[in-house]
Amino acid sequence: MTTVALKPATMAQALTRALRDAMAADPTVHVMGEDVGTLGGVFRVTDGLAKEFGEDRCTDTPLAEAGILGTAVGMAMYGLRPVVEMQFDAFAYPAFEQLISHVAKMRNRTRGAMPLPITIRVPYGGGIGGVEHHSDSSEAYYMATPGLHVVTPATVADAYGLMRAAIASDDPVVVLEPKRLYWSKDSWNPDDPQTVEPIGRAVVRRSGRSATLITYGPSVPVCLEAAEAAREEGWDLEVVDLRSLVPFDDDTVSASVRRTGRAVVVHESGGFGGPGGEIAARVTERCFHHLEAPVLRVAGFDIPYPPPMLERHHLPGVDRILDAVGRLQWEAES
Amino acid sequence: MTVMEQRGAYRPSPPPAWQPRTDPAPLLPDAEPRRVLGTDAAAKADPALLRRLYAELVRGRRYNTQATALTKQGRLAVYPSSTGQEACEVAAALALQDRDWLFPSYRDTLAAVARGLDPVQALTLLRGDWHTGYDPREHRVAPLCTPLATQLPHAVGLAHAARLKGDDVVALAMVGDGGTSEGDFHEALNFAAVWQAPVVFLVQNNGFAISVPLAKQTAAPSLAHKAVGYGMPGRLVDGNDAAAVHEVLSAAVRHARAGGGPTLVEAITYRVDAHTNADDATRYRGDAEVETWRGHDPIALLEHELTERGLIDEAGIEAVRQDAEEFAAGLRQRMNQDPVLDPMDLFAHVYAEPTPQLREQRAQLRAELEAEHDSHGGTRR
Ligand SMILES: Cc1ncc(C[n+]2csc(CCOP(=O)(O)OP(=O)(O)O)c2C)c(N)n1
Repeated sequence: MTTVALKPATMAQALTRALRDAMAADPTVHVMGEDVGTLGGVFRVTDGLAKEFGEDRCTDTPLAEAGILGTAVGMAMYGLRPVVEMQFDAFAYPAFEQLISHVAKMRNRTRGAMPLPITIRVPYGGGIGGVEHHSDSSEAYYMATPGLHVVTPATVADAYGLMRAAIASDDPVVVLEPKRLYWSKDSWNPDDPQTVEPIGRAVVRRSGRSATLITYGPSVPVCLEAAEAAREEGWDLEVVDLRSLVPFDDDTVSASVRRTGRAVVVHESGGFGGPGGEIAARVTERCFHHLEAPVLRVAGFDIPYPPPMLERHHLPGVDRILDAVGRLQWEAES
Repeated sequence: MTVMEQRGAYRPSPPPAWQPRTDPAPLLPDAEPRRVLGTDAAAKADPALLRRLYAELVRGRRYNTQATALTKQGRLAVYPSSTGQEACEVAAALALQDRDWLFPSYRDTLAAVARGLDPVQALTLLRGDWHTGYDPREHRVAPLCTPLATQLPHAVGLAHAARLKGDDVVALAMVGDGGTSEGDFHEALNFAAVWQAPVVFLVQNNGFAISVPLAKQTAAPSLAHKAVGYGMPGRLVDGNDAAAVHEVLSAAVRHARAGGGPTLVEAITYRVDAHTNADDATRYRGDAEVETWRGHDPIALLEHELTERGLIDEAGIEAVRQDAEEFAAGLRQRMNQDPVLDPMDLFAHVYAEPTPQLREQRAQLRAELEAEHDSHGGTRR
């Protein structure tokens, strides 16, 4: 198999490469979903796979998300490793019965006799001007379901690594692909030998001393931008990219907050009942004596995702992050 | 004593006589889709109706080309064109009475407009200024529905409720061929048949669900055949024959209104444009197929019939075209104005009474907007 030169590669291309490498390495890996074959997916992430591996390994399914995931359960029961695509975040909801009642529980119900190695790919999040039902951040639903791993890349290299790790995992993994980063590029070189580390490790994307921004997926670049902007105001911010929401890397996160003494959690899904609440609680439990201020959250508003012309007011941007950082000077305020 | 214990004494008897609950024969669709134009049946069609259908078709086509042009100018975020499918759109609207309800999918803007909706309001979803630009009760048009087939159970529930209240209201629900694979489609049909709800399901089989052809969507002889398994009639119609679609839908609506229960209508048509302006149709289909369908164009078919029978002349056709041009010009002009949006609307309709948390967030946004305003839209986003 020849590797097409992809320098510099986009996140979408890295995902394609990961799927292709996984399929080449393991004949039990099957890709399926709506429009994943001939079209290569609406985001072209499965481009070329049907041609290369045949329609039995990269299959255009009937249009039925419950059916796609439900049949994937049976395929996994028989020894295959299905990788299913849910075309957009909000179109995965018909599959939730299968996801929650079966995919997440099969290992547990069968006392470990029947694990389900299924990868569920979900393009998620806003910022691309999509109409209704094309911009949901559904991570809280997945995180609240024991039995599922939940990962979300923010860099091109991680897109490759996390996808390979997800497919290799013997447990179901939800891979949340940040749509608005699909076309982002970085220095990842597809020709370099690729290493795949296990799921569950956060990374420090930028080190700093005065506070930690804890974030993931589409909000990582926003936080890095905020950290640059904060330098002017004398803040030296550390940015932790979680990469994996389940399992959660308490060690990396707590170590960072212990160093800086202050933390803001940033994500675009709603704050109420959202991932930030869990993260803030964990940080508080582990770092209480190191904290100089309460852990703050900067999240999307607690509203149904707005129409595209208003989404900029909803999505957490640099200013809201900087405002929160300002509020970390707790003593001065209280 | 169990059956096993009485071994020697057990005498098998034939099973109780089995009867199908409904004779399937009248439920089955005809072998050929219903056609009116170009057949003897056309002579019986009401000339006034044919002219009305023609005018609406021409206007609908012009609406489609105008909306597509607006996507190129960035005035619409996206537009799923129904070019080639106008006969289904228009007939769906015209087969209903004012008191009836329409449940459209995201592709059915035209049906909503043909039902009398303000064309600009009908486009708000696709323009991106709000999710639904109209009050569904005003014209009895449910919100254009983006998740596939989820509006179908709503149509059944509404029709059922109307019947419980003693109103002779019918709901017509539209779905694509791909949408018929969703669980909601099957559940809706089953409820409708069990409740004998006054609903008509219109499947616009336009050949593709984005890139996936019908053959990969279903193995059924036709989508109309699916009706039989639920116990309702299935009807097949040429979806490019406006007179036939109107006839079949009107009959189904009358049947439902008279208490006869639901009908599933499959209209065989074709999506001439790509799925939306963002789709590259050359990846999954060839030009020859599209050209064949262009030769079976709904407007040309009806125009031919009207001209052959002397029901319209050049001047009449010109008048219809002129009307469509004016309609498009009005739409273009109104869509070229920037919509005035109030970001505070984000919080206006989440609950009847905002939660304390939403009040806080509203105050936060107001402060941000004031700061933005004070700095004259300065550096801060
Ligand atoms: C539940 C759900 N899954 C996926 C999608 C994404 N999607 C939008 S349109 C479409 C194809 C629909 O095809 P069809 O039902 O035949 O209608 P058509 O577009 O041809 O009118 C898909 C897959 C969706 N809108 N809803």
